[in-house]
Amino acid sequence: MVVLDFPAVLEQWPALLRGAGFTLGLSTVAAAIGVAVGVACGWARALGPRPLQRAVGVYVELIRNTPFIVQLFFIYFGLPSLGLRLSPELASIIAMVVNLGAYAAEIARAGIEGTPRGQFEAARSLALNEFQVITRVVLPPALARVWPAMVSQIVIVMLGSAVCGQISAQELSYAANLIQSRNFRAFEAYIVATVIYLVLAVAVRQFLNWIGPRWIFGRVPARR
Amino acid sequence: MVDFSLWDILRNLLLAARWTVALSLVAFIGGGLVGGALLLARLARWPGAQRGVALYVQLFQGTPLLMQLFLAYFGLGLFGLDVSAWTAAGLALTLYTSAFLTEIWRGCVDAVPRGQWEAAESLALGFGETMRHVVGPQALRIAIPPTVGFLVQVIKGTALASVIGFIELTKAGTMITNATFRPFTVYACVALLYFGLCWPVSAASRRLERNLRRGH
Repeated sequence: MVVLDFPAVLEQWPALLRGAGFTLGLSTVAAAIGVAVGVACGWARALGPRPLQRAVGVYVELIRNTPFIVQLFFIYFGLPSLGLRLSPELASIIAMVVNLGAYAAEIARAGIEGTPRGQFEAARSLALNEFQVITRVVLPPALARVWPAMVSQIVIVMLGSAVCGQISAQELSYAANLIQSRNFRAFEAYIVATVIYLVLAVAVRQFLNWIGPRWIFGRVPARR
Repeated sequence: MVDFSLWDILRNLLLAARWTVALSLVAFIGGGLVGGALLLARLARWPGAQRGVALYVQLFQGTPLLMQLFLAYFGLGLFGLDVSAWTAAGLALTLYTSAFLTEIWRGCVDAVPRGQWEAAESLALGFGETMRHVVGPQALRIAIPPTVGFLVQVIKGTALASVIGFIELTKAGTMITNATFRPFTVYACVALLYFGLCWPVSAASRRLERNLRRGH
């Protein structure tokens, strides 16, 4: 007979809460920087000079065809032999940024490439400089077009951050592991952690879908 | 202490990569079968299937694969089963794959124009016949590129099985690192081997998609 003992896990709620907060914090920082990296790389790949396009292409393909856990281990365990010693938290953030950046680059590129040529020409004919063309004319609608995909990718990276517990970054899965090592209620601890991840995923998705049109890519004028 | 040359490292990693491939195939084939069954249940409008499958997909897509692996590992153990890492990893990855594939394939079936269903119905074809002769072949054509693309996700997903002690490429990398103290070289080799596995699959998926678009 299987007896589940959830109270034994739930009574350690401060650890779970801290872990969930940590996961959210890691993801927020990684998402902010990662999307910025992604947009820059997407821009470079869509419209940059040929060598830069090639370089970004190599970065994107390398990251998208290797597992996140290997990227994380390479950064955390591998880089110190080059004299670059990182804390688990910093290594986690770097790995998440590098990972998200590659996927976001492809997403942003799709948005930028979908911009009609006339928009560039119209913007230039209004004497906007290159930077203004990018930030005022091309990016807002391009981001608006691909925002759902971007949101999905951010959520995927947040869920992927569960692996960061393996290098002892103290996020949610690390908290679950800690709890099960104290009370041997492994199944219950991971069930609770999984449910929290599910709630986080749904909440983050809702939040990003809400905030995107308001703050990230500005107010896209309503279609008349 | 035994000295490991670069060739020793690579050879051992290559041996371990067989298990990555094996686990990927098990998960992909198993996930395909389960995902296909779920898709059929949905399309045949079994009572509760719509909602049930949607919930199943949301559960697997909204939680970390790592947690799913832990739950399979400790959950099966709870029922007194003596779980090997193989069983747990195979089960978790199969279910994970099935959730994604069933959703991908549903999109492909939805992409077949409604008129095709109606035409089949007006010819008095049953559900099975419609699937086999009318909608199935058309959906299959659309489904191949994203399905091949998802295989890359599965291969990368198997790396997480290392955490519950399944000895595949990543786990072998960790073990060799512990023996050689050369994490930079070892993990670079591990990453390159994954790249060697995944990139041809990605490229194939892209090529298939281009061909599909050209065919229209």
